[in-house]
Amino acid sequence: MQLRLPVAPDVRARLERLELPFSRTGVDPFGVSRAHLGSLFTALRALYKSYFTVKAFGTENIPARGRAMLVGNHSGGVAIDAAMVLASMFFELDPPRLAHGMAEKFIAKIPFAGEWAARCGQFTGLPQHATRLLEAERLLMVFPEGARGTAKLYPERNSLVGFGTGFMRLALETRTPIIPFAFLGGGEAIPTILNAYRLGKLLGVPYIPVTPYLLAIPLPVSLEVYYGAPRFFEGTGREDDAVIAGYVDEVKREIAAMIDGGQRRRDGSGPRSLTAGSAR
Amino acid sequence: MKVLILGIAGVLGRMVGQELIAAGHEVIGLDRRPWPTAPRGIEVHRLDVRKRGAEEIFRTRRPDAVVHMATVTSLVMRGEERYRLNLDGTRALFEHSERHGVKHVIFVGRHTYYGAGPDSPLFHTEDEPPIGLATFPELADLVAADLYASTALWRMPTLTTTVLRMCYTLGPTGHGTLAGFLKGKRVPTVMGFDPLFQFMHEHDAVDAITTAVRARPRGVFNVAGPQPIPFSFLIRAVGRRPVPVPEPLLDAVIGRFGLPDLPAGALSHLKYPVVIDGSAFRRASGFAHRIDEDRVMREFRDAFPVR
Repeated sequence: MQLRLPVAPDVRARLERLELPFSRTGVDPFGVSRAHLGSLFTALRALYKSYFTVKAFGTENIPARGRAMLVGNHSGGVAIDAAMVLASMFFELDPPRLAHGMAEKFIAKIPFAGEWAARCGQFTGLPQHATRLLEAERLLMVFPEGARGTAKLYPERNSLVGFGTGFMRLALETRTPIIPFAFLGGGEAIPTILNAYRLGKLLGVPYIPVTPYLLAIPLPVSLEVYYGAPRFFEGTGREDDAVIAGYVDEVKREIAAMIDGGQRRRDGSGPRSLTAGSAR
Repeated sequence: MKVLILGIAGVLGRMVGQELIAAGHEVIGLDRRPWPTAPRGIEVHRLDVRKRGAEEIFRTRRPDAVVHMATVTSLVMRGEERYRLNLDGTRALFEHSERHGVKHVIFVGRHTYYGAGPDSPLFHTEDEPPIGLATFPELADLVAADLYASTALWRMPTLTTTVLRMCYTLGPTGHGTLAGFLKGKRVPTVMGFDPLFQFMHEHDAVDAITTAVRARPRGVFNVAGPQPIPFSFLIRAVGRRPVPVPEPLLDAVIGRFGLPDLPAGALSHLKYPVVIDGSAFRRASGFAHRIDEDRVMREFRDAFPVR
């Protein structure tokens, strides 16, 4: 599509420092386009800095380059969690990094959505894609709760549903460090009271989240994301399910603990000594 | 070495023939179409490989290597005759080859084997089944020919078989499926979809085939050139204008208003990418493309300026 937002000057400057192998036409080998990223991050910048006011903690835990896997909880009925993690990797790190999300399969079928997702490095969540991106030393963003995670209702917003185990086998196989993260506030931004599955099916998506004010337009609340220290698991990826489940549980417990800590701080009952954006 | 080329009268076939002559090989050609301007060194037989006379050429001329470039797509020929040509032709070629002492057969196939779909991965590897066939049934005979050719790997152990799945070619001759689609001033796209396209310069494609003749890698190999780029970028880079058409209207406008024609199933190839990983062939043969995507597109644009 030709329609493009004017790219914000600081986004342009950060794009220059993004370490992706862009060709002369501004496309990397996976089809990620510099021009599309400019529009995307200009839009996300407004959400990240003004609308939600996102605070990112522990960004110093993200390696400056080389393969890594961000693994965290879903928070919010639409993908604002993924968008804000993407924005924090771009705006808080020096040099900035592009996080590659693993998109739901239905997105590729939706006109424009599929095109923009692919041009911005958000590929369908296939194991082949994940492996290739990690082997190309990229930063992968994984939500092991999957679509069940975004379907959490308001009272369940700080809980975790079952974790898939694919990410752990992949991490072992490709010898990739896992950076657990906790995302807070998405459930307050989009207080889902029910998910309309039948309506979603009609529209070609898994479900439509419904809020007290009907539409799933996020409220301008403050959001927080906590990045933990990288975890490196030893193995081949061919271990028994029980072994893998044990490793996955370790990561899950770590994320749950970060959610708890963050929640106490949000409620005003915990320590307030952490400073946001400490990587800068 | 004595090399027999099936489909030598095609644009790529002629180039491969001339390249092999230049490299000091003896070249024999077989084609249903004429090649009146064939260079003196190339012996061309105007014949269908399924006809009796074709086996006589294998028997009397005893080639060391056979290059099969005589399969056709649904863009060139519609209907059942294409199935017969592609499948019976491939069968005849392998049987004659085995019977008459050929050491190496190269089947030149296409990367569209993998097909395109919303859940197909970027960078297909050779071990993948042709899942995308479901959306593009007109490719069935070519997929079958590709898989049939690879059965020679176990059925005919005395023969070295190379199956090449080549990405699109593009270049100043304007030959090939992609070039044909890009020739007009306006190029239809599916609104809201912009798949990656993977192509290589025709010289690199010729080089890949002659490299396979020389290196004789055994097995099935993807052949890729430079990195893929989005369709709309490609259309603009060759000086054309993309015309995004909403999917429900495409059937009505395709082949009209100066837009190129397409079989119905080809739509999936305008919505989703077919991108292959060519690293196995590079490792097995030492092939490396020499012409980057910018030069490929520039040469095509200069050879076919928009008027």
